[in-house]
Amino acid sequence: MNVLSKVIALGVLSVLAACTNNDPSALGGGAGGNGSILPGSPSDPQSPAYFQQTVGDRVLFEVDQSTLTGQAQTILQGQADWLLANTDFVATIEGHADEQGTREYNLALGARRANAAREYLISRGVAGNRLTTVSFGKERPIEICSTEECYSKNRRSVTVLTGSTLG
Amino acid sequence: MMRFLTSLLLGLTILAAPVYAQSGPLRLELDQGIIEPLPFAVPNFVPDGPAATQYANDLSRVVAADLTGTGLFREISSDAFISRVSSFEAPVQFADWKAINAEALVTGAVNVSGKRLTVRFRVWDVFSGQELGNGLQFSGTTDGWRRMAHKVADQVYSRVTGESGYFDSRIAFVSESGPKNQRLKRLAIMDYDGANVQYLTDSAAIVLAPRFSPSGDRLLYTSYETGQPRIYVLDVDRVKRTELKTQDGTMSFSPRFSPDGRSILYSLIQGGNTDLWKMDLASGQSVRLTNTPAIETAPSYSPDGSQIVFESDRSGTPQLYIMPSNGGEATRISFKQGRYGTPVWSPRGDLIAFTKQNKGRFHIGVMRTDGSEERLLTSSFLDEGPTWSPNGRVIMFTRESQGASGRATLYSVDISGRNLRPVRTPDGGSDPSWGPLQK
Repeated sequence: MNVLSKVIALGVLSVLAACTNNDPSALGGGAGGNGSILPGSPSDPQSPAYFQQTVGDRVLFEVDQSTLTGQAQTILQGQADWLLANTDFVATIEGHADEQGTREYNLALGARRANAAREYLISRGVAGNRLTTVSFGKERPIEICSTEECYSKNRRSVTVLTGSTLG
Repeated sequence: MMRFLTSLLLGLTILAAPVYAQSGPLRLELDQGIIEPLPFAVPNFVPDGPAATQYANDLSRVVAADLTGTGLFREISSDAFISRVSSFEAPVQFADWKAINAEALVTGAVNVSGKRLTVRFRVWDVFSGQELGNGLQFSGTTDGWRRMAHKVADQVYSRVTGESGYFDSRIAFVSESGPKNQRLKRLAIMDYDGANVQYLTDSAAIVLAPRFSPSGDRLLYTSYETGQPRIYVLDVDRVKRTELKTQDGTMSFSPRFSPDGRSILYSLIQGGNTDLWKMDLASGQSVRLTNTPAIETAPSYSPDGSQIVFESDRSGTPQLYIMPSNGGEATRISFKQGRYGTPVWSPRGDLIAFTKQNKGRFHIGVMRTDGSEERLLTSSFLDEGPTWSPNGRVIMFTRESQGASGRATLYSVDISGRNLRPVRTPDGGSDPSWGPLQK
């Protein structure tokens, strides 16, 4: 239960981050600029905030697809590198779908997406026992308009960090 | 938590033989495409004392609303009445009811003594001047007055159509509030017409798709309370839930009872792949029914339990398949353009209701069990998840509206495609499951 509440808290945090800062590279670009890095801030390379915003905690999928695009593989490579460097963390990979589909099919589709991301991270050397998956189907969109612009952001997998250092 | 069922149990008595012989010619044949609703009158039931007045009025209004709500009947306003019914025993003035073209007439009387309510009623075929069936009497506690009204309306419906009704039944559903990206979901149960809503869970965890047991005593549903989607069974009267354990490290969802209520079908996700399984509820043992890299989900039994209809994307897009209930070779039954999902076998066994997605629209439709005679009953931005009324004449489903302010609402539609109407719920509503007629 404790772990769960952390996951939820982080999930909310990442949603907020996505809302206020749609361009993760903007933050990363300015990170190393001045000498003082605030531990735990997005400019601290060992922080979950850095993972979420600078590495990128999510990858997007095409309609009804769970295959990883080139861009998705690049982001996941960054996630793998980070997880290999920060071994205190484990992660839950959430799979999501847009609202165009039945509840049941989208749950299954979300599971495929989460699993595709997990398999990729494992292929890059992350231990499988650090990575669990969960599908939310279409239950947790981050964008709520009913156009492709929103749908494309909702078809995603999100790698949510949990682990002892968060306690 | 409060007690769930009102302590109504209905005494049922057949009233003394009517004046006329039964079986008049009045009959609504539901398979013949009813366009013109049958005009009927329900003069307010006669109270036998001041304590009964309000109940008599309310009860008559619910009977009328049940019948009107089918789209098969049209109520004649009391403003048009020539006769007043001031005594249940007095002879019916058929000429007065004929004059206002009431083909069916329901008369009744209500007695309240302490917390006990008794309703007596008769159904009349006005044009033949005969009673339809026998007068009946139901009694129970006063707080169960709506159920007694539904029972009266079920009797009227079945005497006029020759088929059983569906008014004294309940709907389990997911009550929804909040915007799409922070939607709160609670399991709830209510009368078929939206009255008497009771909540069965809080909104701390996402809950999905309750499914009634055949006798209505239990609900299967999916909850994220552990963080993962898992299947629970809930005792409706005691509001007590139990997790149905599946293998560690798996997600499970889309459960549905077998017709005998002793086992369930469900979807299990392992390694990103979704297959169908069956669990014996007494032993908790599960067996796998499908084993493909495709998505297999939304299983539903035939009423005799011998077959399963389900959804699979093994052809590349989601389509409907039927296989024997122990697994084995599956036969595809959906072949028209589009994506098909959430098939549900009708209680009569003759039709399968489904969700269809085609050209950016969603539909609820029905087809015969071999896939022939497909008919789409609805069309909207997002319709899904059909459930059958106990008599197989009406389908309830979820309609989600478009855009940032989108909201989920329960709707019902006749299997002829007519009488599409929202079902009122306090907040948004989704994933309805229509329970059996209550005993």
